[in-house]
Amino acid sequence: MTAAAVTAAPTALAAAPANGDLVQAVDWVAIAPPTIAAVVALAVLVADLFLPQARKALLAWAATAGLAAALLALVPLRAGDRSTFCLTGDPGACSYTADHFTLAIQLLVLGGALLTALLSVTDTRRELPAGEFWFLLLSSAAGAALLPASRDLATLVVALEVASLPAFALVGLRRGDRMSGEAALKFFLSSVTATAVTLLGVSFVYASTGTLHLTEIAQQLDDVPAQLGTLAKAGVALTLVGFAFKTAAAPFHFWVPDTYVGAPLPVAAYLSVVGKAVGFTGLVLVTVVAFPSYADVWGPALAVLAALTMTVGNVGALRQVSTRARSAVRLLAWSSVGQAGYLLVPIAAAAYSSDDQIGATVAYALMYAVVNLGAFAVAALVARTHPANRIADYRGLYAARPVTALAMGFFLLCLAGLPPGVIGLFAKVVVFSAAVDAGLGWLAVVMGVNVVIALYYYLRWTAVLFRSPEGAPGEAPARHRAPVPVTAAIALTAVAGVLLSGYPQWVLRFAATALF
Amino acid sequence: MIDISESVMQFLLAFTVAAPLVGAAAALLPAPPGLRGKSPDQAVLRHGVTVTGAVLAAALVLTLGFDHGRSSMMQATTDVSWIPALDVRIHLGVDGISLPLLVLTALLTFLCALYSYFKPPAGPSPKAFVALLLVLESGTLATFAVLDLLLFFLAFEMVLIPMYFLIARWGGEGRQGAAWKFILFTLLGSVVMLLGLLLVGLKAGTFDMLALATDNGRDLSTSLQVIAVLAIGVGLAVKTPMWPLHSWLPDAHTAAPTVGSVLLAGVLLKMGTYGFVRIVLPIAPEGMHVLAPYLAAFAVVGIIYGSLACLALARAGAKGDLKRLIAYSSVGHMGFVLLGIATMTPTGVNGALFANVAHGLITGLLFFLVGAIKDRHGTADLDALAGTTGAALYGRAPRLGGLLAFGAVASLGLPGLAGFWGEMLAMFGAFQPAEGLSRPAFLTYTAVAGLGTLLTAAYLLVVVRRVCMGAAPAADQPPLADVQAYEFAAWTPLAVLTVLAGLWPAVLLGLTDPAVQQLLAGGKS
Repeated sequence: MTAAAVTAAPTALAAAPANGDLVQAVDWVAIAPPTIAAVVALAVLVADLFLPQARKALLAWAATAGLAAALLALVPLRAGDRSTFCLTGDPGACSYTADHFTLAIQLLVLGGALLTALLSVTDTRRELPAGEFWFLLLSSAAGAALLPASRDLATLVVALEVASLPAFALVGLRRGDRMSGEAALKFFLSSVTATAVTLLGVSFVYASTGTLHLTEIAQQLDDVPAQLGTLAKAGVALTLVGFAFKTAAAPFHFWVPDTYVGAPLPVAAYLSVVGKAVGFTGLVLVTVVAFPSYADVWGPALAVLAALTMTVGNVGALRQVSTRARSAVRLLAWSSVGQAGYLLVPIAAAAYSSDDQIGATVAYALMYAVVNLGAFAVAALVARTHPANRIADYRGLYAARPVTALAMGFFLLCLAGLPPGVIGLFAKVVVFSAAVDAGLGWLAVVMGVNVVIALYYYLRWTAVLFRSPEGAPGEAPARHRAPVPVTAAIALTAVAGVLLSGYPQWVLRFAATALF
Repeated sequence: MIDISESVMQFLLAFTVAAPLVGAAAALLPAPPGLRGKSPDQAVLRHGVTVTGAVLAAALVLTLGFDHGRSSMMQATTDVSWIPALDVRIHLGVDGISLPLLVLTALLTFLCALYSYFKPPAGPSPKAFVALLLVLESGTLATFAVLDLLLFFLAFEMVLIPMYFLIARWGGEGRQGAAWKFILFTLLGSVVMLLGLLLVGLKAGTFDMLALATDNGRDLSTSLQVIAVLAIGVGLAVKTPMWPLHSWLPDAHTAAPTVGSVLLAGVLLKMGTYGFVRIVLPIAPEGMHVLAPYLAAFAVVGIIYGSLACLALARAGAKGDLKRLIAYSSVGHMGFVLLGIATMTPTGVNGALFANVAHGLITGLLFFLVGAIKDRHGTADLDALAGTTGAALYGRAPRLGGLLAFGAVASLGLPGLAGFWGEMLAMFGAFQPAEGLSRPAFLTYTAVAGLGTLLTAAYLLVVVRRVCMGAAPAADQPPLADVQAYEFAAWTPLAVLTVLAGLWPAVLLGLTDPAVQQLLAGGKS
């Protein structure tokens, strides 16, 4: 049902209120990226029925190729001026817009899904059911790619669900694993509650404004009748709660560590990047595009949320004991909560300043996506020889695999924002500058303290990589051949990180231009 | 000077900053055939000497080509756009303020690499050691060469990771804790500094130091300048270090390997004071005006505090560590530098810059010497060294003892050696501070600083008394190796320059003075 909804929902919605000519022209090129992902998802699901067990590996390559094709479909859109599913009566109100913001997030989401696919190729050969896994991953990616383009609340909620529902299944996909099932249930229950709250909020907003299109809501909210003022305010607040949950902002973060640890590692990587992108994209769309006139409500709320999230996440990460089982993923999970806090800062700043601050969030998210997926890729590699995946298992990685260890050190220092992770440093600078520009000095100081806390655990991990391995010196550890797709994922992210460090403009240009 | 075309000068400056980075990457790769040397360790240490030597040569040629008649002007400037989105430009250049520090850095790093070649550091593979040393050099040189606020921040941060690993991997006792203290303190400071830099850059609309210095803070309101100076100043003061933000320094110095201590004291501390002169003074003069008396007060407290701490460590029975003692003496010496800067007068700032370079030479030498003593005795504990009467270095290793005594008297500011001029000029500046600053307050500071010089002399003489003198060694004591040839090679340049700067201060002051005048006057001149 999910994949079909992707394309069907906007059509139905946009067509309904049209007067006169009821037939819309659909710009297929504009909607190609999510559509390709959805179509390939269905194709993989069907093909799974007919392929013999021995040839299931083809599914992995088909899915990867599909995601690559979806990424390529972004190229013709790079002018960022397309939109479709517009109201026939009012061409200004469209349900699907492929502007620069959309393209940047779609690049992030589809690229993230592609790297996740690379990480999963070997897992689907053994422990995960191939057909279901690829179908779910691609459906979720399709939803996540649709979300930044949606410009009405209904499409937004549908996209959010298309992105989330397969994710629950992905988390619980490891058959017979109790932790996996528990993680999925935790994720599912809390997420469904959040969605229900969002829907309630959306209905309040619809009731008080009479429209679902974000731009029209922005106009209508300015002159909401007095008796509906409270309703509108409540609607705004409730809508935000749902998206805050997806971003894993504190206090809605409690599901993150258990879910990440219980999920298959590539899925945890996917959630930490794409899942997070889904949340903050929705948040950006509703706050900046739909509710600008309520900036005095959501601005302070988001600022407090950002400060709380980064502090909770970083303190949580700080408390991880390196010898505990799965401490590596647990630390990455907590640190991703901390990073979500930084992502929220520019959105909060957008409430206080007329300058466009959202670009800082986009730039930071792109940097974070690259290096966090890289860190997860290395974790996936290490997990092959050390299934417990403790941080202590990374000791002596430099002696065993020097290039991988250097890459991991680079990723961790990028996340910490210190040279040689130049791109991480400048991404943080952009976020800081958004806060300073908006006059949110206190938030900048809180963030500064958090950067120092975060450095402690990132650097502690980095230092472990370069310690001499345990055991007798000179004893060569048994080398396992790294699977090609995982190596490719590490190489891709490392090269991207190094290139971006040399020329940060590729990512930071989003911070300087108006995206909408 | 010799006439070198501008494009060659540009290349030389870019080369000094970039070559160590390339060298660091190359150090991690296996040595190519023909350069393998006797062993991989020897080859990589030699690689370190080659690269730092090349950088030193480039810095020296740069000095030769530098137009001394126009030392207030930025020379060898490169200005390339790097990140248009943030308005970050790769803007490099040297003037009379940065040139001496640039050469000092290149020289000290080269001497450290040379010293390590003959005496490899105790610890894991020297491969990483050389790579980290080179990254450290690149970061420090970049700090002195860049003219963009965000690039300055980047360079400022670049030294953290290498120094952390140098201490944590090759250090002595208590190295983990010391390394953490070092990096967390400095990072906290530099994040606050970043906020200040962003505040200035965003409000003034540019991150270019030259443009901001020419504006002289005209576009920035006084209250904003005060906040900016406070934020930037905290970051720089942690690095300098200013009392009471100094507590990371003694631990870091005590734990760091010899080479790490030399670079930490000789070069890294200068990044803080350089930032004060290059950024705070010209860009936010009004804010500095408000805060200068407080800065000066902290500075003189640091002078007294440093010398008292040293006196306490030098006492018999205090179990004072010599490295720790010299670290505390750095707190005192950097207090003089800060005092000079806080006067906001050309005299004071020139004195501060002079004291900066002098401290780099003298303290670098002292840390080398103490490292050598520690290697020979296995301890730097003053009580263990001195025994009941004294370590009697004069008798047992006369050259080493002589050099230590030389370093000590240079450090206490004996006229005729480098330590004298900087401190005298700083106090002279404080005697007649800039217009608008409270003269009575600064007179008090001058008097207190004068007392500090007395205390400094006291503890350094106690150290000389206890380490160099003493009863004639008994016949059964093992002989002590005197200064080796490679040690001579590494230390002589420092000693010679100390004498040269002491006898002929005009070499340095002639360079810095025009630049300082220009800096303080801003766009008015």
